[in-house]
Amino acid sequence: MKITQRTFDAVIVGAGGAGLRSAIQLSESGLKTAVITKVFPTRSHTVAAQGGVAASLGNSEEDHWHWHMYDTVKGSDWLGDQDAIEFMCRKANEVVIELEHYGMPFDRTDAGKIYQRPFGGHMSNFGEKPVRRACAAADRTGHAMLHALYQRNVRANTQFFVEWMALDLIRGAEGEVLGVVAMEMETGEISIFQAKATIFATGGSGRMFYSSTNAFINTGDGLGMTARAGLPIQDMEFFQFHPTGVYGAGVLITEGVRGEGGILRNSAGERFMERYAPNAKDLASRDVVSRAMATEIKEGRGCGPNRDHVLLDLSHLDPKVIMQRLPGIREISIQFAGVDPIREPIPVVPTAHYQMGGIPTHYSGRVVAPRDGDPDAIVPGFYAAGECACASVHGANRLGTNSLLDLLVFGKSAGDSVIEDVASHPKSLPDLPANAADYSLSRLARLDGQVDGESVHEVQLALRRTMQDHCGVFRFPDLLKEGVSEIMAVAERVGRSGIKDKSKVFNTARIEALELDNLIEAAKATMIGAATRQESRGAQARADFPERDDINWLKHTLWYREDNRIDSRPVHLKPLTVDTIELKKRTY
Amino acid sequence: MDEHAARLHRLRWHCRRALLELDLVFQRYWQRVGDDVDAEQAAALERLLEMEDHDLWELVSGRCETTDPQLNGLVERLRQV
Repeated sequence: MKITQRTFDAVIVGAGGAGLRSAIQLSESGLKTAVITKVFPTRSHTVAAQGGVAASLGNSEEDHWHWHMYDTVKGSDWLGDQDAIEFMCRKANEVVIELEHYGMPFDRTDAGKIYQRPFGGHMSNFGEKPVRRACAAADRTGHAMLHALYQRNVRANTQFFVEWMALDLIRGAEGEVLGVVAMEMETGEISIFQAKATIFATGGSGRMFYSSTNAFINTGDGLGMTARAGLPIQDMEFFQFHPTGVYGAGVLITEGVRGEGGILRNSAGERFMERYAPNAKDLASRDVVSRAMATEIKEGRGCGPNRDHVLLDLSHLDPKVIMQRLPGIREISIQFAGVDPIREPIPVVPTAHYQMGGIPTHYSGRVVAPRDGDPDAIVPGFYAAGECACASVHGANRLGTNSLLDLLVFGKSAGDSVIEDVASHPKSLPDLPANAADYSLSRLARLDGQVDGESVHEVQLALRRTMQDHCGVFRFPDLLKEGVSEIMAVAERVGRSGIKDKSKVFNTARIEALELDNLIEAAKATMIGAATRQESRGAQARADFPERDDINWLKHTLWYREDNRIDSRPVHLKPLTVDTIELKKRTY
Repeated sequence: MDEHAARLHRLRWHCRRALLELDLVFQRYWQRVGDDVDAEQAAALERLLEMEDHDLWELVSGRCETTDPQLNGLVERLRQV
């Protein structure tokens, strides 16, 4: 097969918010920059972000980056790196105002400033009372952001490779990253993108769960490539769940439904939240409600033939309330659950929403991996930002509106680091190893040559079922133990998967098989991380270890693909300029 | 592969969207129609897929209507899958 070789100063994989923000930095500095993306940039999953972007602008009331930092450290259940969190919170105003200058249509106050609204977990004066910190563009913040960033890239002449899929990292003899191998979907042709710097901005891997709010593109491609290249993935056991996704579909049913009087019921019709949260009942916090639902299901009180979901009952509400105050919910229920909530309850399950872990990075966006006793050793030539990266600012739990901030700050920071590193090594491109594309080609050949291969769809379904049933919102020792063996069995099936259609042009079956190769790596890291970490912290809730354990587990988990090896890195408790935010119990 | 088959392959990929709601609707659509999409239907789908995802979801979920007679049939079909 003919392999085209393309050379750039920098190649970015992924054109969501983080990738586009990095690309602006690079293209505007004059570096020759390529962005490889599976879908057109404005179809990236950043579009789905509604809530806003956090910045302590103080436009509506007094605010300070240090308060924002405190909230983020507390929200992370102290697993976030405090240097990275200080960096992000201090940079927030700058990146939001830059975005405004790029043309982002933020909502405005009467005085013409960026309007800010309150959001869960964001407080003033070190946790005293809620503060208005979220900057939004109606309920389409992510969409507006992506458009503003894309237009700026067009102006800066960023070169986009749209409908291309990156397959594997290329590493040199010293472990440095030299670029990626990628496939053009329209032709099936393979190219080498050789670059002085490679930035991953490939988004999350939420599709590993049967119930997921994530779009189909979120298959953890960057994580798969990183793991196959022998590098670790960090803190994958921390996955944020939303309590009410439509059973079988994952589409979110907003908390507002319970706010309007919606009640969760088990198979006996019992309003079970009364037992778990006698005061707040169905309006308890997301994690409390999700764990209660998981316990009901685990103890056999789930609904349906498989007893694997609960019901969200609105049928006692006046139909006018449903029609007027919950527009959209009725359409979603009818479309995805086949029920009209005016008459019948909606089947719901806790649903995976956001991946806190990812490729370990320094706050400069440089990827790190322990080497020669240094837990923070830089992997030369390799950078990551956004949901695929773990800086780590979200630690064990992410605050709403911090994800859009993460991708702006660390997208920009990764770009700045590339500029700095390229300037300090001005020599020409490093040599590629011989046959740099061979590994990717062998994966494609295996897929095309597989005899009696297992259906990609079936194996993907088994993967998602295994993760949902064994590694969901509330984790039980027996289920985790089984889950580890089952996910390894699924991994073997992934290695035997096959496709019937071997054509070249936009072969979605082949792309899905390659995505499955990535998703399984992310899933193994998540399951094994969850089984290994013997504590409950943030989004990791273990029935057998219900408390946070700072003596043994105040550390980042690292998972390596080879032999499923587990290692760890220390949490950076020392911020850049201020005092450490000392450990305490996380209560609201 | 002939031109029409290649066109349908491309369209299937273009149905990968930013919003899960749309991914699910288009997944069901393709399960329903298979390769039984003629040139006129393919043209309608191409035009529909040019829309921004939030606007497309408002249309498919029935919160707004299209004034384009060529898209009416397809939108109605998507609403029913």
